[in-house]
Amino acid sequence: MRKVKLYLEDLSCPDCAKKIEKILNKTEGVNKADVHFTTGKANVEYDPESINIEGLKDAVSTTGYQVIKVR
Amino acid sequence: MKKKLKITIISGLLILTAWISYWFGFDKYYFDYLMIIAAVIAGYQVALNAYKTLKRKVLSIDALVTIAAIGALFIGEYWEAAAVTFLFTFGSYLEARTIGKTRNAVFELMEMAPNKASVRRDNKEVKLDADQVKVGETVIIRPGEKIPVDGKVIKGDSDVNQASITGESKPQKKSKDDEVFSGTINGKGYLEVKAKKVGHDTTFSKIIDLVEEAQEEKAPTEKMMEKFSKYYTPGIIVLSIAAYLITFDIRLALTLLVIGCPGALVISTPISIVSGIGNAAKNGVLIKGGKHLEKAGKTDVVVFDKTGTLTQGKPEVTDIKNYDISKDELIRLAVTAENNSEHHLAQAVLNLKNDIDSLKSPEYFESITGKGIKAKIDNEHILIGNKKLLNENNIKISDNILTDKFKFNNAGKTTIFVTKNNNVVGLLAISDPPREKAKGTVNRLKNRGIKTVMLTGDEEKIAKEIAQSLGIDEYKAGLLPEDKVNEIKKIQNQNNIVTMIGDGINDAPSLAVADIGIAMGAAGTDAAIETADIALMADNIEKVPYALGLSKSTSVNIKQNIIFAVLVVFTLLAGVLGRKVFLASGMMVHEVSVLLVTLNAMRLLGYDKKTFLGKLIKA
Repeated sequence: MRKVKLYLEDLSCPDCAKKIEKILNKTEGVNKADVHFTTGKANVEYDPESINIEGLKDAVSTTGYQVIKVR
Repeated sequence: MKKKLKITIISGLLILTAWISYWFGFDKYYFDYLMIIAAVIAGYQVALNAYKTLKRKVLSIDALVTIAAIGALFIGEYWEAAAVTFLFTFGSYLEARTIGKTRNAVFELMEMAPNKASVRRDNKEVKLDADQVKVGETVIIRPGEKIPVDGKVIKGDSDVNQASITGESKPQKKSKDDEVFSGTINGKGYLEVKAKKVGHDTTFSKIIDLVEEAQEEKAPTEKMMEKFSKYYTPGIIVLSIAAYLITFDIRLALTLLVIGCPGALVISTPISIVSGIGNAAKNGVLIKGGKHLEKAGKTDVVVFDKTGTLTQGKPEVTDIKNYDISKDELIRLAVTAENNSEHHLAQAVLNLKNDIDSLKSPEYFESITGKGIKAKIDNEHILIGNKKLLNENNIKISDNILTDKFKFNNAGKTTIFVTKNNNVVGLLAISDPPREKAKGTVNRLKNRGIKTVMLTGDEEKIAKEIAQSLGIDEYKAGLLPEDKVNEIKKIQNQNNIVTMIGDGINDAPSLAVADIGIAMGAAGTDAAIETADIALMADNIEKVPYALGLSKSTSVNIKQNIIFAVLVVFTLLAGVLGRKVFLASGMMVHEVSVLLVTLNAMRLLGYDKKTFLGKLIKA
């Protein structure tokens, strides 16, 4: 398991955070994800053998938001 | 973001044109077509997002808004459809812009992270990424450069701006053996630093991680709101369907969908906490979470440790009395004898050594715990210590010397005797002066109605002098660390919320037992940062009233937001069910309420600043 912080572009409503959180948690290879509206950040715990950072970014982008920084 | 703005402007203009054509009495078709185009333009992206997330079995607000807009188009309410999608897009844009401001405080901090480092490897200078430096390597820092690691200065002198860590922009002097921190900015000097911590282990990196964690930690009120909204949204959908089945009023059903997300309520607490913690971080104050913020704001009693907290913790010799020998000779004897001592008062004596030319070691040295030292210099027997030491060695103290001693003691100073061959030859009065800003800090706390207490292991007279000079309400002297813990418990038992301020290492038990533990000068000591609820990065005691004040303002801010948001939810619901609020006005109230809550929280970003925002929040 690996942990990563994804900094998202500014979210426009609290529901968007929930939406991204749900999508990430449904993505294969993601163990746990929490997304925070106020900090615009997703903390993701994932299995590097089944998904990489690009895959996580793609999952986020299906919600209409982009990842702007990874740490 | 730019796309959202473009969409908003185009659909906004179309809506405006539609209304103008309506006022000029043009055919109703123009109005309808323009509104439909506006709704499609503003709603296309929303519908697309809704579709994408629905495909993955996630029902989002986008979907509810899309259904509402499509429904409105079907029943011929073109204006309502355009207004809902336009307001939703415009509102999202404004919210994203404002929410961005609240997280900027942390982003600005992150920007200060160092990227590159120059390291000496095999006598050659190598440039590499800051996190590639190895512990123990020598890092070269030129004037104006950012310091890339935490470490100790091994060569050079400079002034370093440590604002990124301590919040204080006044540069600090750094020379050999001083500690420097990653993320701070070197002034005009050249420095060579031995790396102690690099990359994610640096104080700077820890601060950012902790600030983020603190901002994301959910306060109890926030958890409650989230639970509420978890049931609210599905509840509203059910209500919407039920309303249609009962009344066959499709407009009412669609309007309910629009207000399905209690946005203002969900963000009411976290948005204030993020702003408050962000402001604190920029001021060198690390608040470890929303619950500490809420509690610190309710402080009734502030308990200070004395040495190193209210005082500078650097004792100095303030008065010297010599008897029978010259002052220079006295200093020479005292400094030589104390040369090997590790007692903290010895440091004060050793600071006098600048006044003498050469320093040699005593022929014999013995430290007697709790009493002083014994030494032999040039075959003469020297004792330095307190009265107990002299009594033990049967040394008589004449009355005039005792009078001098009491004079010093009454001024709150520690007095030590110097004897040579069993005769008292001198008195040294040592004091640990209060911090420059200690008095102002105590005053500001008292003005806020907070009681101040000082707890110290030092002796009664010294404690009394310091407490009186600073205007401290109460003090207790001669305490062991466990006594301090008990004293704090006693104050808590009188129904007080206690905030304790100490250095975070020696006072760790007291900090833990207090409702809020504030560690001072925490930069560089991970233990202090970890145990404290609030950590002041620098030794700036004046940040205590600031931290407590900011906490209080944040708590008030949260309350304002919650009350407002709850009112909005129920007013909207009542308005919709009473058929006074429809699609457009429902969306309008929803968006405006979220914005107002965000703007209210943003006032916290200006707390303690001499800006318009700062004045607003203080008023």
